[in-house]
Amino acid sequence: MTKSVTLTIDGQAITVPEGTLVVDAARMAGIDIPVFCYHPKMEPVGMCRMCLVEIGRPLIDRNTGQAILDEKGDPKLQFMPKLETACTNPVSEGMVVLTSSEKARAGQKSTIEFLLTSHPLDCPICDKGGECPLQNLTMAYGPGKGRFLYDEKMHLAKNVPLGPLIYLDQERCIQCARCVRFQDEIVGDAVLGFGERGRAMQIISLSEPPFDSVFSGNTTDICPVGALTTADFRFGARPWELSASASICAQCSVGCNITFNTRRAARAGGRVVIKRVMPRQNEEVNEIWICDKGRFAYHYTESRKRLTRPLMRKDGKLGRASWEAATRLAAEAFAQAKKNFVVLASGRLSNEDLFNLKALADHLGGRAVLYSDMGGGDLTALVGVGPGTDFGQMGRGTAIVVVASDLYEEAPIWYLRLKQAAERGATLIVANPRPTRLERFASFVVRYAYGDEVKTIQSLTKKGKIGDALQARNLVVLFGSEGLGLEGSTALATACARLLHESGHVGRPNNGLIGVWPRVNDQGAWELGFRPAENLAALLRGKAVYVVAADPAGDDPRLAKALQAARFVAVQDLFATETAKLANVVFPAQAYTEREGTFVSGERRVQRFYAAVPPLGESRPDFAIASQVGKQMGIILEGTSAPVVFEILSADHPSFAGLTYAALAEVRPQWPIVDRRDLYYGGTTYENTQGMGKHLSNAAQRGEALHLPRFPRRAARRPTARGLLAVPVTKLYDRGVTVSSAELLKPKISETFVALPPSAAERLGIEDGARVKLRLNGVSRAVRVKVDEAVASGVVLVPRSMGLSIRRPVVARVRMAESAARS
Amino acid sequence: MGQHVLLRHRDIPDIHRLDVYRRHGGFEALEQAVTRMKPHEVTEVVKASGLRGRGGAAFPTGLKWSFVDNKNWPHYVVANADESEPGTFKDREIMEGNPFQFLEGMAIAAYAVGANLAYIYLRGEFWQIAHFLDQKIAEMEAAGFLGHRLFGRDFSLQIHTHLGAGAYICGEETAMLESLEGKRGQPRIRPPFPAVKGLYGKPTVVNNVETLTNLPPILQNGADWYRSLGTADSAGVKIFSLSGRVRKPGNYELPFGTTFRQLIYEHGGGILEGRPPRAILPAGASSSLIRVDDKALDTPMDYASVRTLGSDLGSASVIVVDDTVSIEWVIRKTIHFFKHESCGKCTPCREGTYWMFNIIERMEHGRGTAEDVNLLLHVARQMQGKCLCPLGEFSTMAVVTGIERFSQDFQVGEKA
Repeated sequence: MTKSVTLTIDGQAITVPEGTLVVDAARMAGIDIPVFCYHPKMEPVGMCRMCLVEIGRPLIDRNTGQAILDEKGDPKLQFMPKLETACTNPVSEGMVVLTSSEKARAGQKSTIEFLLTSHPLDCPICDKGGECPLQNLTMAYGPGKGRFLYDEKMHLAKNVPLGPLIYLDQERCIQCARCVRFQDEIVGDAVLGFGERGRAMQIISLSEPPFDSVFSGNTTDICPVGALTTADFRFGARPWELSASASICAQCSVGCNITFNTRRAARAGGRVVIKRVMPRQNEEVNEIWICDKGRFAYHYTESRKRLTRPLMRKDGKLGRASWEAATRLAAEAFAQAKKNFVVLASGRLSNEDLFNLKALADHLGGRAVLYSDMGGGDLTALVGVGPGTDFGQMGRGTAIVVVASDLYEEAPIWYLRLKQAAERGATLIVANPRPTRLERFASFVVRYAYGDEVKTIQSLTKKGKIGDALQARNLVVLFGSEGLGLEGSTALATACARLLHESGHVGRPNNGLIGVWPRVNDQGAWELGFRPAENLAALLRGKAVYVVAADPAGDDPRLAKALQAARFVAVQDLFATETAKLANVVFPAQAYTEREGTFVSGERRVQRFYAAVPPLGESRPDFAIASQVGKQMGIILEGTSAPVVFEILSADHPSFAGLTYAALAEVRPQWPIVDRRDLYYGGTTYENTQGMGKHLSNAAQRGEALHLPRFPRRAARRPTARGLLAVPVTKLYDRGVTVSSAELLKPKISETFVALPPSAAERLGIEDGARVKLRLNGVSRAVRVKVDEAVASGVVLVPRSMGLSIRRPVVARVRMAESAARS
Repeated sequence: MGQHVLLRHRDIPDIHRLDVYRRHGGFEALEQAVTRMKPHEVTEVVKASGLRGRGGAAFPTGLKWSFVDNKNWPHYVVANADESEPGTFKDREIMEGNPFQFLEGMAIAAYAVGANLAYIYLRGEFWQIAHFLDQKIAEMEAAGFLGHRLFGRDFSLQIHTHLGAGAYICGEETAMLESLEGKRGQPRIRPPFPAVKGLYGKPTVVNNVETLTNLPPILQNGADWYRSLGTADSAGVKIFSLSGRVRKPGNYELPFGTTFRQLIYEHGGGILEGRPPRAILPAGASSSLIRVDDKALDTPMDYASVRTLGSDLGSASVIVVDDTVSIEWVIRKTIHFFKHESCGKCTPCREGTYWMFNIIERMEHGRGTAEDVNLLLHVARQMQGKCLCPLGEFSTMAVVTGIERFSQDFQVGEKA
């Protein structure tokens, strides 16, 4: 237990934990001490001098150790002759802080006056205007008029791209270093710094490519002035015109809490559109941060290419149809197919959608197939993490294993959370065939060959110090699918589940298995009974297939063939995908921004998202479409209210038992206290008023018998004498349908390339940057090569969702393209 | 003073040669410390000697060493050879003329605080001195006075030189440590002080070159001998860097308590052209200006006495101003200097020095108004007590005292 300290701030006695900074103690007591450079997530630096206060400390008699009392019997106080910074001084017993004395106010006023001497005061055209700490604190603490001559203001560049996503206005910058320190301390990539000195000091990017970070957008939230703006939002809207809707980021399985800021826009023909994505505080999930993919990739929801009407195939061509006709056509085909009915749906869908779709399959005796190449979700349902789990609480006494995943690319916020857990003393063990960024913060790094995942996990306990580390009180294992297909990842998950089970790390908070899923709600799909199929192509042939939120034909030519050989294909999606092009009927689905629902994160937290914008065209929510299709065959499924669907599903699934929309909307007090009404402290992040979500229970916690499956017995694929082993890896910015509509991210999405080790490159006579023919699964493609020392010999890394069809490790052939063209 | 304590090269030619230095008692103090004294005993002698830091702050050296946290290892010693205060040029002469006494002092300090690694942080312009010191360090290593297990005892020491990149602020100890770590030279918040959390977060003693050079004679001759030099408040000798409108500018090693008059007239040969002195900047550009009268001239130069004149002795860089120089010109120089050197980290210094510069330039070009003098004074006062490190504070000293003590020099509108 930390000791408590009682102090007085502006006459108010408060008790806070020892070590609390005066500025934070005041915040807890609801007293404002203005700050610019201080941020509760970062170490204090005392640069801006805004938080100047008077601090008195009781005089202590050196002989007795007791406070010296005055004639009235009160402790005598000693005030320093100078004002002190509230952000760098920790509280002490009996301390008296005056935040609003004449002297303190004069100090605060002088800092504002100094800050404004060269500030351009261009608030009317500044994106920050209306949510600007400098503006607000100037109103509250400033002198009201400046004595600095306007003509002597220093003029500097106003449109400096720090990177493709973030612009710097050098005139507005007040040199608080929040952005520099964010990158340095929070992210661990010191890609920003200062150039020049004195009044000429400016923020600069130190990296190549510039501002090389996937967290860059956060700097605009904590920038206390309009110096940093995103290329996406700048000059886009005034903050006070924006509406705010709580949501969940759908780009990966972390489930970051976000807020969509929306506004009616002339440019969008008067429609209400999303103007920007902001983080929403959930200290148990994403704190107050989001990654750049989450912040900037949302544009797909408003793409002009969205489907807006149902389509039916007539005379070999897809044409407009009514909902009634389209759903009837699909229903007839499905009803006829009975057990030959297959729902093929992805984890992009909400629980409500998946539940209705599964119900449809169950009614007909068909199959509900999860469109995924990663297995193990049945195991996370058994021994996954559950209620009470929070990365933010992990530190000393916790061991965390990350295997077969590059979290910086696959789940950036987990990368941040694990980095911080390691800094708090958690033992971080990173096992991967090639180096990943997270390794810098790991206590142990384990390198293994692709194919040896299971063996690696099985031998961890026997590895001396690592084995000891695994005996920690708490153990969490995150497994991914780097270099793995469905079969390999299932085997890996099994090994991880067994490790946890055998060492007694299941069924307790902060213990258990976590899947680093590629999609936002893969975990939910598993919980609701969807399972991936190993031989999907064979499964689809001859069936009546209902493809929802997936594009198998676009991803894999063999699946395209299988679907061509299907009896009937209905597609329900946002876009006219390759699969939709060969469908009999196509249903336009609503984007998740247009409706409400719930997702289950990789940490098995169920979280609500709310409608942010009106639906496009005739599109409908996925669960409603499923209900309508059902209704056409006499199957009654709730089709209008997502909360009601959720009620039904939670009654049906033990892990959801007791959860309701109301419970998911509950919020708990959080630290730091962020508030849109006083942005100076936490930044422009949104406070959480609409729900922090609830964990699903797991079988281990419910005391159910745990039957962990046996290992599938198949030898791993290895490189051959003539072929390289092509393994799939995941990149943050890919060509997936939820990313590719964001023009802004295009420069970040590299050209499709495969990575070769120097040994293979040399043997094949290939240089870095060369174009090669890659023959993969019977298909030849010209791609560019990156020669990368981090790649093991005999291996070629093939990025997922970049136009190359790779769903599992396969032997591939690489040779120089005829032209040998190089750019 | 016949025999120098610090500037011994003025008495002994070639003392920069190892053999000559050894013939004149070189490294005896270090050997005595390492072979016959416990580290804390060395610290006690230095405490008893009354030695105070010569970089300007005059903090008792032995006391500073005793703050080093013995639960946190390793420890470092850093010699501050950034000598950047305008008017200060004493460390340079020590390092060029009497390098071994300085290096021996460093080794003694390292022994006292248990450091096995010590750095000399030199201003970038001192690159020749850095080369020279590198040679001297190599000679000491070859002779067994640096390196592994000195004098066969369980004490090893390496010394490295490190060049700054041209920033006055890096003379501030925490900015120096940042720079030494390879970061941008900007001061850290104190506390924690370097003795608790210094280089790479480890306990670090930062001492000025002159301070360290005092250590060998203190150990050899004893604390009482050292106390017998100087005054009760300020023990020992000090190198006064004399400059400005004097006939013989230069370094003068004198006991504390020597008066300004003695320094300027007996040693410095008086004022150029026999003119009357008007102002003294006793601590370089960071000084509060002393208005010269007989009382001021007869004030002994020790830390306490100079304070009675409303100033501080600081690093004892005595700049003398006579009646040919306007004080407005003097503070324009100091403002320009501090505006140029402000690191930009804290608001009052970054913005205040820029603002003061704009006002004084305006006045210089005849565009000033009567209010501008008041504004300048007000801006300087507004900076005081609010800056992150002493630099910002220093930048206001000459401004405030200049305007207050020489108001007649701030006539507005006379220059066309």
